[in-house]
Amino acid sequence: MPKLSYLEAIQQGLDQAMEKDDDVFVLGEDVGKKGGVFGVTLGLQQKYGEARVLDTPLAESNIVGTSIGAAMLGKRPVAEIQFAEYILPATNQIMSEAAKMRYRSNNDFYCPITIRSPFGGGIHGALYHSQSVESIFANTPGLTIVIPSTPYDAKGLLLASIESNDPVLYFEHKKAYRLLKEEVPESYYTVPIGQADVKREGDDITVFTYGLCVNYCIQAADMLSEDGINVEVVDLRTVYPLDKQTIIERAKLTGKVLLVTEDNLEGSVMSEVAAIIAENCLFDLDAPVMRLAGPDVPAMQFAPTLEDEFMINPDKIKIKMRELAEF
Amino acid sequence: MFDYKSVGLEESDLKAMYKWMDLGRKIDERMWLLNRAGKIPFVISCQGQEATQIGMAYAMQEGDISSPYYRDLAFVTYMGMTALDSMLAAFGKRDDISSGGKQMPSHFSKREKGILSQSSPVGTQIVHGVGAALALKMDNKPNIAMATVGEGSSNQGDFHEGLNFAGVHKLPFVCVIENNKYAISVPDSLQYGAEKLSDRAIGYGMHGEHVDGNDPIAMYKVMKEARERALNGGGSTLIEAMCTRLTAHSSDDDDKYRPKEEREELKSLDCNLKFKTFLLEEGIINEQWLEQVESEHKEIVNQATKEAEKAPYPSPEETYTHVYEEGSLDNA
Repeated sequence: MPKLSYLEAIQQGLDQAMEKDDDVFVLGEDVGKKGGVFGVTLGLQQKYGEARVLDTPLAESNIVGTSIGAAMLGKRPVAEIQFAEYILPATNQIMSEAAKMRYRSNNDFYCPITIRSPFGGGIHGALYHSQSVESIFANTPGLTIVIPSTPYDAKGLLLASIESNDPVLYFEHKKAYRLLKEEVPESYYTVPIGQADVKREGDDITVFTYGLCVNYCIQAADMLSEDGINVEVVDLRTVYPLDKQTIIERAKLTGKVLLVTEDNLEGSVMSEVAAIIAENCLFDLDAPVMRLAGPDVPAMQFAPTLEDEFMINPDKIKIKMRELAEF
Repeated sequence: MFDYKSVGLEESDLKAMYKWMDLGRKIDERMWLLNRAGKIPFVISCQGQEATQIGMAYAMQEGDISSPYYRDLAFVTYMGMTALDSMLAAFGKRDDISSGGKQMPSHFSKREKGILSQSSPVGTQIVHGVGAALALKMDNKPNIAMATVGEGSSNQGDFHEGLNFAGVHKLPFVCVIENNKYAISVPDSLQYGAEKLSDRAIGYGMHGEHVDGNDPIAMYKVMKEARERALNGGGSTLIEAMCTRLTAHSSDDDDKYRPKEEREELKSLDCNLKFKTFLLEEGIINEQWLEQVESEHKEIVNQATKEAEKAPYPSPEETYTHVYEEGSLDNA
């Protein structure tokens, strides 16, 4: 099986989705001739033509809104928003329109769109190229928010998102694009939406996380195993709606829970994970639920000293894991 | 009125158009009565815009897609939303085709008739219409997509973004601004500095038309031409139809911001009345025909009201249905 980077896995997924279904088309800023600012859509326009890989004007609400209109006529648009921060001009279309289409039309219309967008920090992107914006959308029933942490999941979750008959926000970590590599099947496959995945088993503490932090948590866990601390790492994969069953099960197993996100601490999707655990696992807990997240300042900064202070890394995670294990 | 023969319309067409205008008006009027009687919570009216709505609808064809706005009762009635559909929505009943009692009335939706569901934040439907036009073009369908908006919504970002995109790709798309000169209480003088909103068309690389929206024949003409232009590769059209809002913004609005004299004067601009007078003067219809239409429409509206009133509400369990596709995710 060939080794693919996270970026290559997404690229292969897009290619296979377009090959499989003529109704799938790609649109966004710079996705055509250039192949995307990160190169995710490279080669797709040459292969499928300008009609199915559209370089759009710089107008995010239009990218999402026209996707919705086309989807209402049976298309399966895969829209790219160049950076997660730039999705904000399209929030009305995402939250008021796409998310509510099935509900408000009483199942007469539905909206099978996938919106891909690179998120996350650690790449000197500063305030507007580093954010995690998932929590903005994570109490909007009707929406699904997927954040893969590995190349394998990236491809399978993308194909599942495109197959979904409801709108999916698919956030891909831009630092993971070339950093993460693993064997990825060449065949078409899907990874189920709405299911968390235990990425590393352990019986001392349970860590819930997603995105690039999954890799960082595994690195930290490996370091701690030398000290005899066994850490379980659970990848949420779908951050909305959450896989409550797995969260409850795995939290109960160790009774010690750490929640890791590179989003700002307050009001992140981890706040909801904490609430689920508080409601369902009180008598199984041996320590307070702990959180590790970005500080509550506006966003990640440019200067390396500031960026390092904000961004999560394996060392910070290791310290927090040890604190919880020793509680 | 525009010379109907020059645009290929016959007397029978004019009679049909009048009937649709009248039916839209009669459903609308009944809703106000029901609202004032405390039977339905809310009405938002098409009164004064029927000529625009039926004029454009009459130029549309089977398979065309519409993305209307909340004042389009007469328009959607022509497109296939029955009087009963509209009454079920007004009462918030289970079998309301637009939303099953989930949305406020006049948030029209009917897939079978190509009427795209819309929300309340205004202007969002424009880009949906543009996206639908893109899909039609991709599939080489001999159809257009169109969206309507009030002049108030023409200031939204989605108006600009959508029309720009339609212009870039010469999409088979028509945007109709139903300019009734008021965005609730804000007059056109505080809404835009342009002389004509149709002048914006040139900035989007599309054809612009400014038309008397109180004349259904003139409206039919520009819509028919826009449709032909769209299907012949001539691109999109922006139509600004000047019409009249005869009622308050909605049943929850007192309309006091418009001086009494102004409101009185509006009655002389009633497009239904004007068209009726024209048809009578031309000898195309007579009082007997009108009486027959009156009684026919009264029967339709009575029947729809009666049936909708006794129809069931959605069961409380329906709060939880259709958030996601059945059998996929469940977050309720």
